[in-house]
Order: sequence, then C-alpha cells, then structure tokens
Amino acid sequence: MKQDKLIKAILMAVALSAIGGLGLITLFIFKEGLPIILQIGVADFFCSTDWSPGEQRFGILSMIVGSVAVTLGAMAIGVVFSLGLAIVLTQFCPPKVAGVLKPLIELLAGIPSVVYGFIGMVTIIPLIREYVGGPGFSVLAASIVLGIMVLPTVTSISIDALNAVPRSFWEGSVALGATRWQTTHMLLLKAARSGILAAIILGMGRAIGETMAVIMVTGNSLEIPRAITDPVRTLTSNIALEMNYATGQHRKALFATGVTLFIIIMALNTLAMAVSRRRVAGGGNR
Amino acid sequence: MTDAMEYKLQASSLNLYYGRFHALKNINIGIRPRSITAIIGPSGCGKSTLLRCFNRLNDIIKSARVTGRILLDGADIFNSGIGLTQLRRRVGMVFQRPNPFPLSIFDNLAYGPRVHGMRDREELEMIVENSLRATMLWDDLKDRLNAPALSLSPEQQQRLCISRLVAVEPEVLLMDEPCSALDPFATAHIEDLMRKLAEQYTIVIVTHNMQQAARVSTETAFMLLGELVEFGDTTQIFQNPRQKKTEEYVSGRYG
Ligand SMILES: Nc1ncnc2c1ncn2[C@@H]1O[C@H](COP(=O)(O)OP(=O)(O)OP(=O)(O)O)[C@@H](O)[C@H]1O
Ligand SMILES: [Mg+2]
Repeated sequence: MKQDKLIKAILMAVALSAIGGLGLITLFIFKEGLPIILQIGVADFFCSTDWSPGEQRFGILSMIVGSVAVTLGAMAIGVVFSLGLAIVLTQFCPPKVAGVLKPLIELLAGIPSVVYGFIGMVTIIPLIREYVGGPGFSVLAASIVLGIMVLPTVTSISIDALNAVPRSFWEGSVALGATRWQTTHMLLLKAARSGILAAIILGMGRAIGETMAVIMVTGNSLEIPRAITDPVRTLTSNIALEMNYATGQHRKALFATGVTLFIIIMALNTLAMAVSRRRVAGGGNR
Repeated sequence: MTDAMEYKLQASSLNLYYGRFHALKNINIGIRPRSITAIIGPSGCGKSTLLRCFNRLNDIIKSARVTGRILLDGADIFNSGIGLTQLRRRVGMVFQRPNPFPLSIFDNLAYGPRVHGMRDREELEMIVENSLRATMLWDDLKDRLNAPALSLSPEQQQRLCISRLVAVEPEVLLMDEPCSALDPFATAHIEDLMRKLAEQYTIVIVTHNMQQAARVSTETAFMLLGELVEFGDTTQIFQNPRQKKTEEYVSGRYG
C-alpha cells in the first residue's frame, strides 16, 4: 500500500515535470516572440514579403506561403500513396504479408530526416532539373521528399482506422453482392473517414514542422514561388538557417516565426483531436 | 426434375469442413418456395454455417471447404453460371446483430442497387420508398432519409437491414437469429413482418427460440453436432417428433 503511494507520487512528479517543461518552452517562445510581432505590427509581420534583417524589416509572408505550398504538395503526394498502401494492405493482400509490411513501413519513420534530404538532393533534384525544368531546388522537390516522409505515419494510422471498421459492415456489404473494391470505396473508406482524416492532419503537422530535409531541397529563396519548380523558404528553414548568428530584434523575429509555426501546428492538432473524438462519439451504436 | 423444381433451394450430400473440423455432415434438405423454414438446434451445431452456405458467405472464410451440391431453382450455385454477385443478390442475408452501414438511411437502402450498377437518382428514390414500405418503415422515416442509420432504434435498424435486402429484389431471405438482439415487442413485430414477406419471398430463419420457430415457420429442421437430425412440418416436429433426440430438444432437455 505504502509502496503504491510512493510509486504513484514518483510517477506524478515525472509526469508533472514533463508537462511543466513543455509549458515553460511554450512560455519562453511566446515571451520572446510575441512582443516583436506587436512592435512590428501584426499586418507588417504577417502580410509583408520583405525579410531583410539587416534593415530591420521582418515580413514573413513568403515563408508562410512557402510552408503552406510545400505542405499541400507533400499531402497531395503523401495521401494518395498512403491511402493506396493502406487499402492494399488491409483489403487486398494476405494478412501475413500485411503483418510483415506494416512494421517495415513504420520503420521508415525512424530514418533521420537528413537522410531523406540527402537522398532528395542527389536523386530527385537532378531529375527535376533535367525533366521538369527550373533549378531543381523547388516546391516540387520538397513535396516529394516530404510526401515520402509522411507516408509511414499516414499509412499506419489509416491502416488502423480501416481495421477498426467492424467486420459486420464488411459482411453486410459482401452479402449484398458487393465486390471487395466496391465494399472498400462505397463503405469502408466512409466508415473510416474520421480516422483517415486524423491521419492526414497528423501527417500535415509532420510536414509543416519538418526542417532539415526541407532546407536541403527547397533552395531557401525569399521569393513567393510562382511555379512548383520555383525555390522557396519555409518558416522552419528560416529559423534554422538564421538562428545561429541572429541577435537582438532579428533573433526575436525568428522566435516570432516560431510562434507562428506553433499556432499553426496547435490548430492542426486540435483539429485532429476533434475529428478523432467525433469518431468515438459517432461509433456508439455498434 | 419435378423434384428439383419443387424446391427453391436444395442441398444434397452437403459437407463443410473448417480445416480439420467437420462442421456440416452430409446435409440433405429442400427449402420450399414462399414459405418460412426454421433451423433449430443447440449452440454450435452448425445452423449459421448451413445458412451461410446458401449464399456462399463461407467463401470468405479461408479454412472453410465445401463438398456436395446446393441447387437454387435447380441450378448448382457452386459451379453453374450463377456468379457470386448474382447469387448474393438473389439470396440475401439478415444478420443476428442489426448491421446498418454508418451511412444515411437513404444510402443504406440505395447501397445494394448501386452495387449492382443502378445510378439513376429517381429510380433509386423509388426503390428506397418501396423497400421501406415493404417493411412498414416508410411512414416513420420518410422525412428523415438523410439521418444516419445508426441513430435508429434496434428494431428499426433490423427492419432497415431487411429493407436493404428487399431493395435488390432477392428471391430468398436468410435470417440468422434476426430477433436475438431485440426486445419481445420488436420480436413480435419482426415476426409479423416475416409472415408478410413470406407471401413473396422464400425465408430461411435460424433461431434459438423454439417458440419462435413454432410460431412462424411451416417447416422446421433440427440440427445436432453438424448433422440434420430431423426435418419436417413444424407441427410434426414439435408435437410428434420421430427422433428421440428431436423430442429431447424440443421438450427443452438440452436447454
Ligand atoms: N470460421 C470458423 N472456423 C472454424 N470453426 C468454426 C468457424 N465458424 C464456426 N466454427 C465452428 O463450427 C461449428 C458450428 O458453428 P455455427 O456458427 O454454424 O454454429 P451455430 O449453430 O450457428 O451456433 P450458435 O447457435 O451459437 O450461433 C461450431 O463448433 C464452431 O465452433
Ligand atoms: Mg449462429
């Protein structure tokens, strides 16, 4: 009994310090970043494309556009392949094969992002330069690399969502004469909709937060991209590229970039949680 | 030939194995058209397994292996020209637990017709109305066809599942303990519905509830440990069974 209490107290302390640490980090980022946004002016900070730290001008619009473009591109590529993989692995391949492939795909999540960036640099960029045009370092390159990087997460969660659809639905559909493919697209994808949506949103969080691989393949230019073959800079790259020499206002503006990212990611996570909670509420009657 | 046409469904020398396990042993049974045939027997005797042979739903179980023949209107369902999709349209199934899809009421009912290639919206609407009328749900649901089917009461859900079958104009309805998840009132309603549907469809019902078998069916099959022990008129089976085992079961000695 006494031991129980002690262990409980220790675990509690560990949990609280972890949460406390997160809280402090959040507080620190906002304390450093928020005042400068107000000082520069919300409109000037978010809606100007002029980022010239030397002249004390800090507008991050082109990087917001960069992050959004790269993320959307990554999702377009990642979601198509992930969903395809999830459908094949859950519906069209022997459970034994799926049992081997799923952990392998999940293993891909453990490869350091610098490796993905490097592979992108030596293979994808020359291909784009040669066959699509432009300098190679581009929105397109980042979309492909990030699309591959989000694949393990999105696939794995989509597989879980598809597997969580009660077998009785599947049987009901098959008993009506539906083929596997009809059952999949007319019923299973709809039944697993919220889980798949949550997977996509989590993947999006991963894509928008990725830094190293993105720095290596986007070219990091400060222009708003006009084509998918144009180079861009993302919010994350901006912080990573400039933080180690930034001082004063410049440093604070980088924290403000972090605040922006923080807010975007929080919004995505909240959305993911709301969506997956709706699944639980909607799944009562089974 | 006359013999074959007398029956809607006829199984002969039907055996089914789950891997090594011999689940159905040399079953011979003929199901008459436009009537209700009940299959009774203790848990695990193979009632569901037999029912699922009639629409080849056991095909989805890897370990299941079937020998023997099943004739639907005289044509072998295992190797005549009847495709699996077509067979399952003609021989529909209602499950023990109501399993409406997590879609709207309308989409549940339109599901079968869509599976079989129907796209015309107006025609779908008509099918939805007719199939809801067939199970007497139309008046209750006509104003909320877009509501989620899972929001219905269990009885309505089971009726909806029957409507969903009616929508593909089947010939045979297989029902695997369709009332076991329902309360006594809902059960009585569904039984009334079955009697009405039997004017048009051939119904095979599996039930644990002997009173139910006695109430609704015209013929009854009693199974035990994978064998068909006795098959005959329901009144005869319940009042004057020929086999000792049947008598023991219907008099409640198996529980
Ligand atoms: N997929 C399967 N694999 C292996 N054995 C199975 C499978 N399905 C059923 N069985 C076995 O086959 C036998 C008959 O099962 P079935 O479900 O047909 O019985 P039942 O009469 O419908 O029982 P209940 O009244 O409990 O529904 C049981 O012994 C069961 O354990
Ligand atoms: Mg059963």
